[in-house]
Amino acid sequence: MAYGFFTIYWRDMIRFVRFKTLLVSSLLQPALWMAFFGIAMSSNFDQLTAGIPVPPGAHVVGYLTFMGAGIIAMTTLFTSLFSGIVILFDKNWGLMREILASPTDRNQIILGIALSGVTKSFIQAIIIMAFGILIGAAFFAGFTLPETAIGVAGILAFVALFALGFLFLSAAIAISMESPEGLQGIMTLLTMPIFFASNALYPIDTFPEILKIISIYNPLTLLINGIRYFAIGPDFIAMGKHYLISQGDVVLSFAGLVVFAAIMFAFAYWRFSRAVVT
Amino acid sequence: MEPADTAPPIIRVENLEHRYGDFTAVDTISFTVKKGEIFSFLGPNGAGKSTVINILITLLARQKGTAVVAGFDVTTQPQQVRESIGIVFQDITLDRDMTVREILEFHGRLYNMPMAERKARIDELLKLVQLDSKRDELTKRLSGGMKRRLEIARGLMTRPKILFLDEPTIGLDPQTRMRMWEYIKNVNNEGTTIFLTTHYMDEADQLSDRISIIDHGKIVITGTSGELKNTLGRDLIYLETDNNDAAIRILKDVAAVRDIREKSGGFILTVHEDGTRILPSLIDTLRKSGIEISTINLKKPTMDDVFVHYTGKELRDEGAAPARAMHIQPRGR
Repeated sequence: MAYGFFTIYWRDMIRFVRFKTLLVSSLLQPALWMAFFGIAMSSNFDQLTAGIPVPPGAHVVGYLTFMGAGIIAMTTLFTSLFSGIVILFDKNWGLMREILASPTDRNQIILGIALSGVTKSFIQAIIIMAFGILIGAAFFAGFTLPETAIGVAGILAFVALFALGFLFLSAAIAISMESPEGLQGIMTLLTMPIFFASNALYPIDTFPEILKIISIYNPLTLLINGIRYFAIGPDFIAMGKHYLISQGDVVLSFAGLVVFAAIMFAFAYWRFSRAVVT
Repeated sequence: MEPADTAPPIIRVENLEHRYGDFTAVDTISFTVKKGEIFSFLGPNGAGKSTVINILITLLARQKGTAVVAGFDVTTQPQQVRESIGIVFQDITLDRDMTVREILEFHGRLYNMPMAERKARIDELLKLVQLDSKRDELTKRLSGGMKRRLEIARGLMTRPKILFLDEPTIGLDPQTRMRMWEYIKNVNNEGTTIFLTTHYMDEADQLSDRISIIDHGKIVITGTSGELKNTLGRDLIYLETDNNDAAIRILKDVAAVRDIREKSGGFILTVHEDGTRILPSLIDTLRKSGIEISTINLKKPTMDDVFVHYTGKELRDEGAAPARAMHIQPRGR
């Protein structure tokens, strides 16, 4: 039964490709964020921060590039959190019974759902990077080809771990709930603080102390640290602030996400092993 | 082809009990299912049928009692139980956006069937349930009967020893139901033991080798359709008179009368002897006492009568036609 997860993955991918509207909208939405929010904000912020003096030779990046990393992270967050809804529909329409009554292990079910979520996040992240570069974000600027390849791989590794964590969380909540409305409510409630108490759109070091601590340990911040390191570089200036991301920071952020994903997996496993779907 | 009674039962349930909070859904039930038979749970909705099925198919944790399916304990060996059984759930559980073939393919993969075997089995089953031409159709475009057939095919995908059918023909039109019964019989003839629940009298009657009538979480009686009917005597006579109370008092003392039950407007006699022969003398007896008979009906006991007799009520829900009407009008069978 070691490949049971692939069965779940296979079915989920069939549906992902088959629902054309869902497919197109999920691919278009992050691009639209970049296009509208990104261009609107950067045209303002870049003007505001233009007067701030920068040391000569520093690597200055525009706001579009800065928040591009945030958009990749945000999209991953939304997609992962809301993916649990599929489980709820499966449950309410009785489809989950077939799966739970089969010899396929519940671990494998969680894993299958998670992997398909990761796949979707990968596709979205790549679209945002490509589209971002197209409209002027300086991702991988000045990178050699191998460096770019490492950059993309690094970003995807971070995205994967982060997505797993929230997919597990979403699955755990979904399997425990009855109504899609309730789930939607919880998810909306979660996304707000996670998104805004992070460094997705702005620097966090001027935050009040408590908010700052929350933001530093926010998994979204950890993810964005990784993305910025791999997409922009270890040393850059954005919004007038000097960012120095050491390799140690990156490793720590990654480790943080590993711990986060592991805890969420344990949570999901606990909820699934108790799930009674009849 | 009666299976030998000495063979170990393929399902053995002893003192099974299940509660939802204060409500006892299944109340110390015991029964066995023989290898190769079609065994039915007949009862109204809410009688506890689905709870028993859900425990047997390992979706619901057993609370009290013993349940052994295909030689495996549902609590300690759920994995082996799952590998031995096929299930057709009460409601349609097909993904609307998958094709007929994908539904079966997915199921085969869930049960870890090798690819070549999956392919061969899908071809075979689609022929069996006559969905060959619908292979690449999305299930949302299938009719109700086709969906049911596909679910049966799915239940058979892994060549289970036992196929569980929870209300297999619910919501289907009469013609489709008859065809479903044919499919189910064919499957059984090929050696699969069938456990089915139903609240349709005719379904239990025509399809099953043995029937357990279940009500309020208890098994009221178990037997073949013939055995169950025979417990009601040979014939049922329905009478309406101008003085039912007096008529019942008189008829109680007639030797051939086994039992009398009042109905609104009349009463039903069950008799030991051939009804057609004793009816004239019953009429005579009543006439002599000055009682006028307005309606007479004579018939063989049906599953409905058995059900009403043992549960003390007609079916509670929409399941069957009102039983009263059936007592008055003679039926074909």
